[in-house]
Amino acid sequence: MKKGVMRPGHVQIRVLEMEEALKHYRDLIGLIEMDRDDQGRVYLKAWTEVDKYSVILREADEPGLDFIGFKCLNENTLDKLNIDLIEFGCRTKELPANNLKDCGRRIQFTTPTGHTFELFANKKQTGKWGLDNVNPEAWPEGLTGMKAVRFDHCLLYGPDIEKTTQLFCNVLGFDVAEQVIDENNVRISSFLTCSSKAHDIAFINHDEPGKFHHASFWLETWEDILRAADLISMKDVALDIGPTRHGLTHGKTIYFFDPSGNRSEVFCGGDYHYPDHPTVTWQAEALGKAIFYHDRALNERFLTVLT
Amino acid sequence: MKTQYRIKVLNRNQEFFCDKETSLLKHFENSKKDGVKIGCRGGGCGVCKIRIVTGEFTCKAMSKAHVTPSDIDEGYVLACRTYPKSHLTIELLNN
Ligand code: FES
Ligand SMILES: [Fe+2]
Repeated sequence: MKKGVMRPGHVQIRVLEMEEALKHYRDLIGLIEMDRDDQGRVYLKAWTEVDKYSVILREADEPGLDFIGFKCLNENTLDKLNIDLIEFGCRTKELPANNLKDCGRRIQFTTPTGHTFELFANKKQTGKWGLDNVNPEAWPEGLTGMKAVRFDHCLLYGPDIEKTTQLFCNVLGFDVAEQVIDENNVRISSFLTCSSKAHDIAFINHDEPGKFHHASFWLETWEDILRAADLISMKDVALDIGPTRHGLTHGKTIYFFDPSGNRSEVFCGGDYHYPDHPTVTWQAEALGKAIFYHDRALNERFLTVLT
Repeated sequence: MKTQYRIKVLNRNQEFFCDKETSLLKHFENSKKDGVKIGCRGGGCGVCKIRIVTGEFTCKAMSKAHVTPSDIDEGYVLACRTYPKSHLTIELLNN
């Protein structure tokens, strides 16, 4: 049942060198640089997003994920969910408005997988980049690189997938769109949605907590994925795998790395989910096909290379 | 032609040549030599860790989750961020 969590609002990613990182997220993926703050963080967005930013980069000596923020309907929802999170057993922390530029107060908590999430209800809206809200054109001119359409989801690795899944479903109102179960019927991966997308957040079981697998950006067509692959070769960017298709969610995809070793994905297509849809299940013996539908084999890098 | 430095792999009884603009990992990847795992190629994941036993080298930024400053003093580095500045002797680790 929906609990007022609308969509992934932002992700804050740590990078080793900011200017190198901007060549990746801004010039290659095609996000738009929107602002910087006095801590040196850079705020970016994809062009169809209405809020001011969705990706925040922070320079640090260890790459990886700082936090993922989900946008909620309103401030009352935040207060309600704060209580529900505490009841579930999470310790929550409220961060004041404008701690992130032009963002309202945020409620932070840690999942059993060891990742920091936050909920917020207000962020400055600058509208779709380069387009009017009245009689808008199809797309804006002046986009760069892969011309990412929107920040879509992240995949995270950590322990205790079951408890984390309960938290997202029972407290935050997500559905399990797809899952992977092992031979003992234990859930080892959850693809969770708070919308009709196949996933707004996904988790895979892993011993070490708090690991970041990838941040993903949506493109429109397979042709766009191919063009993304061309750019990856043209710019000699570290390729992980693709272009290919996932079994899970059936998205068409390519994975590559930012200059600090954080994995990025651009993808298109795939399944959709409504609240009355049953969960799609992948069995562990089909995991190769679930992850790489064409190769039908797992590569070790996908399972072990994380930040 | 760029100066080629001789890289001796101690525990492999191997030798190859690498210039100062090519990371040690890139050399392994390009020449399809095994012995070092190819991961993120950006100093983030730590799977390409090796040890430099002798010689001069430079490193670009590496995740301190995988190499601390004192590791670097002992020659532990991430091959994807390490470039030779002289002939080197290196050791592959069982990672
Ligand atoms: S390949 Fe990831 S740190 Fe070198
Ligand atoms: Fe993904």
